[in-house]
Amino acid sequence: MATFLKFLFHSRNELETGGRSSLPVQEDASEPEKVCPNCHLSIPLSRLWANDNTCTCGFHFRMSALQRIAFIADEDTFSEMFSDVSTRDPIQFPGYQKKLEMTRISSKEDEAVICGTVRIGGVECCIFVMEQYFMMGSMGTAVGERITRTFEYASEHKLPVVGFTVSGGARMQEGLFSLMQMAKTSGAVKRHSDLGLFYLVVLTDPTTGGVTASFAMEGDVILAEPGATVGFAGARVIEQTTRKTLPRGFQTAEFLLDHGFVDAIAPRNIQKNMIAELLKLHTTGEEDEQ
Amino acid sequence: MSSNTAYEKVKIARSNKRPTAVDYIDHLLTDFIELHGDRRFSDDGAIVGGIARLNGRPITVVGIEKGRNTKERMQHSFGSPNPEGYRKALRLMKQAEKFHRPLLCLVDTSGAYCGIGAEERGQGQAIAENLMEMMTLKVPVISIVIGEGGSGGALALCVADRVWMLENAIYSVISPEGCASILWKDSAKAAEAAENLKLTAQDSLSNGLIEKVIPEETLGEETFYESLKNQLISEYEILAGLELPDLLEQRYQRFRRIGCFETIDE
Ligand SMILES: [Zn+2]
Repeated sequence: MATFLKFLFHSRNELETGGRSSLPVQEDASEPEKVCPNCHLSIPLSRLWANDNTCTCGFHFRMSALQRIAFIADEDTFSEMFSDVSTRDPIQFPGYQKKLEMTRISSKEDEAVICGTVRIGGVECCIFVMEQYFMMGSMGTAVGERITRTFEYASEHKLPVVGFTVSGGARMQEGLFSLMQMAKTSGAVKRHSDLGLFYLVVLTDPTTGGVTASFAMEGDVILAEPGATVGFAGARVIEQTTRKTLPRGFQTAEFLLDHGFVDAIAPRNIQKNMIAELLKLHTTGEEDEQ
Repeated sequence: MSSNTAYEKVKIARSNKRPTAVDYIDHLLTDFIELHGDRRFSDDGAIVGGIARLNGRPITVVGIEKGRNTKERMQHSFGSPNPEGYRKALRLMKQAEKFHRPLLCLVDTSGAYCGIGAEERGQGQAIAENLMEMMTLKVPVISIVIGEGGSGGALALCVADRVWMLENAIYSVISPEGCASILWKDSAKAAEAAENLKLTAQDSLSNGLIEKVIPEETLGEETFYESLKNQLISEYEILAGLELPDLLEQRYQRFRRIGCFETIDE
């Protein structure tokens, strides 16, 4: 089965996602380019990637989870955990097994979140990074379990948690089981919080639905990437139900900043420093000058 | 138990002939005093809450109210709370905690309100905060889904020690229409989606996601409320018998164990 499906689903460009490696890519004349939706400039993928997937105009392209880990982690410090937790098919939803199988092949990931331990700016922490290439980062029981275990591990080892969210919401193919993951993860966040431990979350494009209504909005500090769509209900659904024109910039990171729901916008050129500084401010003891 | 199909149950759950939250408050409790407002923005009519007595003992009740006629439905935003509704609910829950009153939540919503203002005022944040805070609320909590349990908007009142559902109530991650239109681009396939989503009370019970299904043979009659009232009284008694750390640990584990995954030994 694998070879046949691999052939069918090998559509996405390796360069675009970084594959499962973080090796730098050589620029060459024949390589594909990506057009910036903001300034319409064509950017060779290797240059885009070397620039943390941002355009010179400031537009932030999406990143795969592994690209993001390579971007944020101190070199060779990431150690993956809970990757063995994978979903079953709790309500035997028609076509779900098949979809999972295909998604695993096309995304080269086994679930919509990668968790582990890492150092950022020298500070040890737990990290979870959601993966939009896996069923749009939807949260089913495996995602909920991995994130819950991450917070429980962090609680046990007195570590801060840094999370990157990207999600279309709860995974409907797992029915009520997936809705319950919102409560389950929130419980783990609360216990971590009650121990006086620090949780920093970075909202990336797009963060919506059940993830917005749970751990995405539960950080002690909530950062968001420029231009990221963040909201609870989908914009199109709101437009259809209310029959109103949505305000300019509705549900963008900047919109949330204006309305008091994120602490700061974190552009990628300063993002790692922001996170590292915030982590250091939450470690005990004084900063040692290096 | 009835032999209705899932989608028939969806229709029954949504029927405007069913008792709404205020009917339950009237019949299960005495001396109800309604309390208004979230102390931050406004008073959301979709949430009706306050203090009352259950069998003579003070209790805090928070319900999502749909309204029984067109005028009432408008006043209650058709039972779809805005962020201020969830914040009002949380204010009353915290009040219950302060005065050691048990909490009863009555859930009946197609979902959290979907609108521009709701997003501007942080619908996601409001629900998220309730999930976190309810998990450690230091009083016994029982939630009853009396009609529709629509997604995150319902869950925001369902982080409880016991969750019960009426026989024809539904509890779902997404509406069957929404599911059908996303998956099959055809909202007419809602009946099929309803079947597949396993959203009935009986499904929820057999999946271990709720503790009890309340029969509806005498729905709305005095015997129905009398029986439900007695079940509540004895359940609160059981919960009150637990030491606080045990109560909270059991509530945490109630949600913690929900999953369906496998771990491959490597
Ligand atoms: Zn550009």
